[in-house]
Amino acid sequence: MPQDLPSPPESTKSKYWRKPLDADTVKVPHGELHIIVNRCKGCRFCVEYCPRDVLEMAEDFNVKGYHYPLVKDEVACVNCQLCEMLCPEFAIFCTQTEDEEEGGGEDEG
Amino acid sequence: MTEETTVTEETQDVAHPMDDLLRMDRMPHIWCPTCGLGTVVTALALALGKSGIPLDDIAVVSGIGCTGRVAGYIKVDSFHTTHGRAIPFATGLHLANPKLKVIVVSGDGDLIAIGGNHFIHAARRNVDITVICVNNFIYAMTGGQVAPTTPLTANASTMPYGNFEPPFNIPHLADSCGAAYVARWSSLHVRRMTTAFAEAIATPGFSLVEVVTPCSTLYARRNRLGTGLDLLKFYHDNCEIQHGADTRSLNIDFQGKITLGKFIERPRPTFLDRLDNWYGQVFGDKYEPYVGDRK
Ligand code: SF4
Ligand code: SF4
Repeated sequence: MPQDLPSPPESTKSKYWRKPLDADTVKVPHGELHIIVNRCKGCRFCVEYCPRDVLEMAEDFNVKGYHYPLVKDEVACVNCQLCEMLCPEFAIFCTQTEDEEEGGGEDEG
Repeated sequence: MTEETTVTEETQDVAHPMDDLLRMDRMPHIWCPTCGLGTVVTALALALGKSGIPLDDIAVVSGIGCTGRVAGYIKVDSFHTTHGRAIPFATGLHLANPKLKVIVVSGDGDLIAIGGNHFIHAARRNVDITVICVNNFIYAMTGGQVAPTTPLTANASTMPYGNFEPPFNIPHLADSCGAAYVARWSSLHVRRMTTAFAEAIATPGFSLVEVVTPCSTLYARRNRLGTGLDLLKFYHDNCEIQHGADTRSLNIDFQGKITLGKFIERPRPTFLDRLDNWYGQVFGDKYEPYVGDRK
């Protein structure tokens, strides 16, 4: 019964106009972020384009003197790797969290 | 300070997936903050991984310019040639060893201006190389001079009152010279760009992918367009994907709509196909194909 399913926190909800038919069978992947702070040149590409709004800019500076991204909402990350692909400094990447790995669904295309 | 060091150390146990494909001893790269070139390198590395070609069978060739640095950062056999000569160098590499996958990564100034003749003739002969032309609308490394790809009215250091010369439409140029594969993406469209690179590498013959990329320091700042991030936002709002569009319609106006997509995919005999076929007919059995075990 769809009504019985637990709801994700409001912050992570996608803007569906109806519930996808396979919503109860699809396991949403979850990612763990790795940020190499001192490679960052503060472009903000990752913060701006993360579809789940996971990242924010730090108030602090790295050794080069740039603000760098911080994880604001780790649970929301779906391991889409967009931040990793957009980052022009090779400073952020995302790995699938352990417990999800055997569940498949890693290939996002 | 201490906090930063902890974060860095923490991530040291898992290496960045790109570290194996890049010459990390040369990092940080020289590109400015919010320049789009790093993203293009990631897409190329991902496409090379996807293609399944052993890295020893790949060669990357660049000319001069900001994009010209790509050859120095990517960890395959790579060559940084003189200005405009990336394509003839790549042609030579390909002919010396047709089993190599030769990929040219260079900028609009290098490939379309100084190397313009090489570009049209490689496309005409359909030499089996892949050309990735990063178009940032300007000569970046040398100081923001006008390029033959600078949109009309855009400001450049040698066009301080705005550019009055009509620019090249790169996909149309490649198409009309006979390229086998022609696509255009922006550096924001990372996944599509990666797919296009993989397709271009797999297509026999001359393949061109133009990548519209932000130059924050010289193009964006001179034209008061903000940073590279502002240009990505502009691409997000103003790019239209239209596969198979007529390449004559692909002009880029200053801050106008940019049409992206895969425009041409038409395999036709490559330079070596024609060579073998022709001399095979002329000399009959006496002719040995250029390289026996090719493909
Ligand atoms: S992997 Fe995707 S969801 Fe996770 S932080 Fe990066 S862009 Fe956001
Ligand atoms: S000058 Fe322009 S193209 Fe060159 S690195 Fe800087 S932003 Fe990139």
